[in-house]
Amino acid sequence: MTMNLLELRGVHTHIGAYHILHGVDLTVPEGQVTMLLGRNGAGKTTTLRTIMGLWPASQGSITFRGRPLNGQATPDIAAQGIAYVPENMGIFTDLTVKENLVLAARSARHEGELDRARLDWIFGLFPALQKFWLYPAGKLSGGQKQMLAVARAICEPRALILIDEPSKGLAPSIIQNLISALRELKAQHTTILLVEQNFMMAKALGDRVAVMDDGRVVHTGAMAELAADEGLQQRLLGLSLGAHQ
Amino acid sequence: MNTTTTVTAAVPAVIPKASFDRKPVWLLLAVMALAFPAIGSASSWITLTVAGLAMGFIVFIIASGLTLVFGLMDVLNFGHGVFIALGAFMATTVMGGMAAFADQGGWQALLAIFCAMLAAMAVAGTLGLAFERVIVRPVYGLHLKQILITMGGMIVGEEIIKIIWGPLQIAMPLPEPLRGAYLIGDAAIEKYRLLASFIGACVFALLVWTLSRTKVGLLIRAGVQDREMVESLGYRIRRLFVGVFVAGSALAGLGGVMWGLYQQSVSPQIGAQVNVLIFIVIIIGGLGSTLGCFIGALLVGLMANYTGFLAPKVALFSNIALMVAILLWRPQGLYPVTNR
Repeated sequence: MTMNLLELRGVHTHIGAYHILHGVDLTVPEGQVTMLLGRNGAGKTTTLRTIMGLWPASQGSITFRGRPLNGQATPDIAAQGIAYVPENMGIFTDLTVKENLVLAARSARHEGELDRARLDWIFGLFPALQKFWLYPAGKLSGGQKQMLAVARAICEPRALILIDEPSKGLAPSIIQNLISALRELKAQHTTILLVEQNFMMAKALGDRVAVMDDGRVVHTGAMAELAADEGLQQRLLGLSLGAHQ
Repeated sequence: MNTTTTVTAAVPAVIPKASFDRKPVWLLLAVMALAFPAIGSASSWITLTVAGLAMGFIVFIIASGLTLVFGLMDVLNFGHGVFIALGAFMATTVMGGMAAFADQGGWQALLAIFCAMLAAMAVAGTLGLAFERVIVRPVYGLHLKQILITMGGMIVGEEIIKIIWGPLQIAMPLPEPLRGAYLIGDAAIEKYRLLASFIGACVFALLVWTLSRTKVGLLIRAGVQDREMVESLGYRIRRLFVGVFVAGSALAGLGGVMWGLYQQSVSPQIGAQVNVLIFIVIIIGGLGSTLGCFIGALLVGLMANYTGFLAPKVALFSNIALMVAILLWRPQGLYPVTNR
């Protein structure tokens, strides 16, 4: 039986005067890709940021490997093996590709201490990063920046990777390449919680799905079930799969 | 780890070269070149240029910590001047105590100055640690309160300095070996200005090395751009900020010693006087940018010396005019920090 790596129970989040999450219940099974879907403003990004401690949960519990994350500072949460790729990618644009990866590898003080085998694997996934190794990250294309953002999340073994809308603003061909790379991660049983608006990408990658609306999870189940049920898609997401193929 | 897929579509055939933005450096050289015909005398131009660069190096030492403090934590520390004043006064005490030793000759005088600088840095750094804990930490993210409370902190600091060292200006003469000038043709180059330039260049080189070659430096540069992401990678940016604040305060203390020796006197108001100059420098340079701060400081130093010679009345507002002109050209400063 698959163990739940991450569990959210009745999580509420307030940002200033605004009540954004209204009791989110969500489980992320180990070794699987869980898609978090929903319309704009449903609370998907807030959920990821709340898990990372960037916005504190005002109520409810968040547990990772059975231990509570509530109240912990973001660096402590990250140190437990949770990587976060934000919607804006969070690339340090004035730093080179190499420097971005050296920073992401907490155990490495300089390039020489990076895990060579893992780096070669990343270069295999994203050859552009090797070519632009000493190039300022700010000069990369949008797709290359997204590759760098994902590469930072996997440059050391992580228990859980949170990725927020990696396909946003990318050309279809680049999205296809990104799907290929994420499939490679999935094949290695990396646990991923992936926020996505692109249903094609969700269908291609997801094992499980949680659909959010108005700050709550309104549906959970197998991704294959949702992908096969256009009526459910229409009801939950306001779309039909045919329109997105 | 098997590589079963590759992402190749985004790799262009020709890799564009990363280019360094040289325009601010050209601007610095252009200011120097344009001043030459205006001054009309090669010897005066050399003297003024060396004086301007020396002043710029000192201002850079003082301002470098402030720009990183702002860049890292968005903290507007208007109390930075108190570290300058404390450093300068501490130096008067140390150099006064070592006067007999320093008067013996060359290396003894330099050693006395070195001891004064170390003491100034240590005391200013310690005060910086307390200042961050007591005054800055409660007002993170609150700009208006930061301005008010840090200015208040500087006023309190000034009054404490008056209690300890008295309210009057204190002479801070250069030791004998640093008095006078080297003559190159008709150009007189003051010895102390050469020493100030050397120390300033060493500090700049050390900062550049730290920022570009060490992981702490990488974290500082990354934190200036996006501190939330640095925390998401597992690093405690608050600790880093405290370290930078203390180092910046110590550098301000060092700058205070050098500024005092440059003016050959110190007063409790020295910090408030230099504060205006350093804020102009960090705004010109681009908030959070060390290289921008360096070029900005040299520009300010040169401009003050050139206009002081050519049109003393203009010198009063020349640096404000320089700031306006640069902000019209580059509203985010000479080297804007990209993600800010």
